[in-house]
Amino acid sequence: MAVRFLYPEFEVVRNQDRCVACRACERQCANEVHRYDPELGCMVADESKCVNCHRCVSLCPTRALKIVKTDHAFRENGNWTGKAITEVYRQAETGGVLLSSMGNPEPYPIYWDKLLINASQVTNPSIDPLREPMETRTFLGKKPGGIQRDAQGRLINNQTPQLELSVPVMFSAMSYGSISYNAHASLARAAQALGTYYNTGEGGLHEDFYQYGPNTIVQVASGRFGVHKDFLEAGAAIEIKMGQGAKPGIGGHLPGQKVGPDISRTRMIPEGSDAISPAPHHDIYSIEDLRQLVFSLKEATEYKKPVIVKIAAVHNVAAIASGVARSGADIIAIDGYRGGTGAAPTRIRDSVGIPIELALAAVDQRLRDEGIRDQVSVVIGGSVRSSADLVKAIALGADAVYIATAALLALGCHLCRTCQTGRCNWGIATQRPDLVRRLNPDLGCQRLVNLVTAWDHELKEMMGGMGINSIEALRGNRLMLRGIGLNQKELDILGVKYAGE
Amino acid sequence: MVIEANQTYYQALNEAIRACPDTEVIVDRVLGQRYLGCGSSGRRFTLRGTPGNGLGQYLNGSTIEVYGNCQEAVGDTMNDGDIIVHGNCGDACGYGMRGGSIFIEGNVGYRAGIHMKSYLDKSPLLVVGGVAGSFLGEYQAGGTIVVLGLDGTSEPLAGNFCGMGMYGGKIFLRGDRIPVLPRRLILQEASPEDREELRPILERFCRCFHRDLAEVSNAPFHVITPDSANPYKQLYAPY
Ligand code: SF4
Ligand code: SF4
Repeated sequence: MAVRFLYPEFEVVRNQDRCVACRACERQCANEVHRYDPELGCMVADESKCVNCHRCVSLCPTRALKIVKTDHAFRENGNWTGKAITEVYRQAETGGVLLSSMGNPEPYPIYWDKLLINASQVTNPSIDPLREPMETRTFLGKKPGGIQRDAQGRLINNQTPQLELSVPVMFSAMSYGSISYNAHASLARAAQALGTYYNTGEGGLHEDFYQYGPNTIVQVASGRFGVHKDFLEAGAAIEIKMGQGAKPGIGGHLPGQKVGPDISRTRMIPEGSDAISPAPHHDIYSIEDLRQLVFSLKEATEYKKPVIVKIAAVHNVAAIASGVARSGADIIAIDGYRGGTGAAPTRIRDSVGIPIELALAAVDQRLRDEGIRDQVSVVIGGSVRSSADLVKAIALGADAVYIATAALLALGCHLCRTCQTGRCNWGIATQRPDLVRRLNPDLGCQRLVNLVTAWDHELKEMMGGMGINSIEALRGNRLMLRGIGLNQKELDILGVKYAGE
Repeated sequence: MVIEANQTYYQALNEAIRACPDTEVIVDRVLGQRYLGCGSSGRRFTLRGTPGNGLGQYLNGSTIEVYGNCQEAVGDTMNDGDIIVHGNCGDACGYGMRGGSIFIEGNVGYRAGIHMKSYLDKSPLLVVGGVAGSFLGEYQAGGTIVVLGLDGTSEPLAGNFCGMGMYGGKIFLRGDRIPVLPRRLILQEASPEDREELRPILERFCRCFHRDLAEVSNAPFHVITPDSANPYKQLYAPY
C-alpha cells in the first residue's frame, strides 16, 4: 500500500459515557464516517472522511459527539503552511485541478468590517421605525431621463419594465443541479412570501416552479441550458450571466453523474451527460455583441421584462460596468470574489477577482461620473452576511443585494465547503433523494422569511438611526459611512472619510 | 401579407410582424434588420434581402426561408422550427441550438453549431451546402451537423479546430476534404446505418435547394463523434 501523506483534518470525539449506540450518526452521515462495531460493541469512526458538517452532532440525541480540528500539525512554517503542503500532496497524488466550493475562505481584508455607519444626535432627529413609516421598497430598472408630456400636457408613461422588491434583498443564482429541489422550493416560496426574487441559475426552471414565475429571475448563461421561449416568458426578469465571483473567466461543469431524470428535464439535456458551460458566451466577444444578446432577449419577450447582466468583480470592473450600462441592460449585477459556488477550481476561487466593496464603490462612481447611473440599477453580491453589510452596500451605491451563502445557511448549511461532492448532509447541495428529503421546504421557506424579515427590520432601525426614512435617501449616501483601519487609497476608492473626519 | 422592410428600424419591423394576424408573412427588401422571427412559433416567414444578426434566435417552431445571405447568430439558442437560407450565413450560426433544423445552401462562418445539444425527441440539425469556418461544432453536445462541400472548391470542409471539445452528437462530412481534427475525436467512414440516417436529411436538402439527390448522395461520407460524454471526469482532485 502506498504511504498516505495526508492526516485527517478533523477528529470525531465521542463521549462513550453518553453514547447509547443508537446509530443515528451512522444513518445521518452520507460520508460514511460512523459505523457500529459488533465486536467492540460500540460506535467507531473513520474521521478521514469527515467534512465537519455537524449533521451527526446536531442529530445525536445524547449530545455524545463533537468534531474538533486536529491539533496534529506539520512542523511550523510561515511560508509552507499545512494547507500549502497538503495541497501539493493532493495534486501529486491525483494530477488533478483542485476543486472546492462555497466562497473564498482566505483571510483577505473584509471592507464591510472597516466601514462604520452614522447615526443622528441632537440635530436631524432619528426616527423610530416601529412608530413611523419607513420605505425599503425598491424598484430595479432603468429610470427615465425626464418627464414627457403629450400635446394636452398629460404625462406619457415612459417607464421601462421594473422589478419591484419589498426589501432590497434577492436570492442569487443557484442552479437546480448545484442545489436540490427542496432548496429551490424553499427559495421560490420565500421569494414569493417576501415580495422579492430568487434566481434559477443556469439550470433551467423545473416545471413545478413555473407558478413562482412572478418572483423568479431566469438565467441565460453560456451553455444556454434549459433556455427556451416559455422559460424566458416565465420569469419576471432575465439575467445574462457573463461571470461569477467565485470563478471569473471560467465556465461551469456539472458532471454527468449528477444529471438524473429531473435535472435532465430541467436543463433539457440527456441523462448522464456532462453539462458544460463554456467560459465565454460564444456569441459575445464585445459590448456590441452583448448588446445584441440583451436586445434579442428583449425582442423575444416583447420588451416586457428587464434584463440583468451579471459580471464578476475583476480589475477593470468600472470600465466593464460602463460598457454593460450602455449595452441596454436594465440592471447590472456584480459578484465579488467572496461569492459562493457549488464547485470551482480552488486556485481561481481563492486568487481571482476583487472585493465587492471596492468594485461597487468604483462602479457607482464611474457611472455617476459618466452621467449614466440612472440608466441601470446596480445589484451586488458576494458576500453580504448581515443587514449591516446591506446598509453599507446601499450607502456605497447599490440598489439592492443578492444573497446566496446567507440563504443557504438559513436552510441549514454548515459551510463545510464540500458541495462539489454531492453528498450534502443537509439536503442542500445534493441530488440524492434520501438526503434531499432532509430539507423540509415549509421550514426552509419559513427560515428564509425569518432571516430577511429580521434584516429588513434591522435595516429600518439603522436607517431610522440616521434620520432617514426612505431607502432612496440612503442609496449612494457615502457620508453615512466612515472608514476605520483603511489607508488613503482605500478611502479614496470607497469614497468615504476616515472615522473622526 | 407582404411587409416592405426597407429602412424600417428593426424594433418597428418586428412589432409590425408580431402584430400581423397572418400566419404566413413575406418580408421584402430586408436591409439588415435584426432578430427577425425571434422566439416565434407556428408561423411561416419568407424573407427577401439580407436579414441582420439574430435571425430566428430562440425560434420555437416557425419556418423561416431566406432568399439572400444571413449575418451572425442565425438560429441562436433555437428550440424548434426550420430555417432555410438560399445563400451564406455568418458566424455563430445555430449556437446552443436544441431542436429544429437549419439548411444553408452556401457556406457558414466561424463557430457554427457550437454547443448544439439534443434532448429527448429533440435533436437539432445543421446542414451546410458549402463549407464551414473554424470551430465548427465546438463543444457540441448533441444533434447533427452535415457539411456537404458543394462549393466547387478544394478547400477543407471546415476550418481549424473542428469539433474541439465535442462531447455528444455527430458531424457528417461529405467527400474527402477532411479538415485536420483535434484529439479525442473519432473519425470513421459512414456505416450503412449512418447512411440511412443521412438519407432523409439529404432528401430535404435537395428538395429545399433543387439539387439532384443522386449527385449529392454519391460520395464518400465520414462521421465524427467524440470519444466520451464525460470529457472532464479525470480533470479534478476533490478537496
Ligand atoms: S461528515 Fe458530518 S455527519 Fe459525517 S461525521 Fe463528519 S460532521 Fe458528522
Ligand atoms: S451546502 Fe451542504 S455541502 Fe455545501 S457547504 Fe453547505 S452543508 Fe456543506
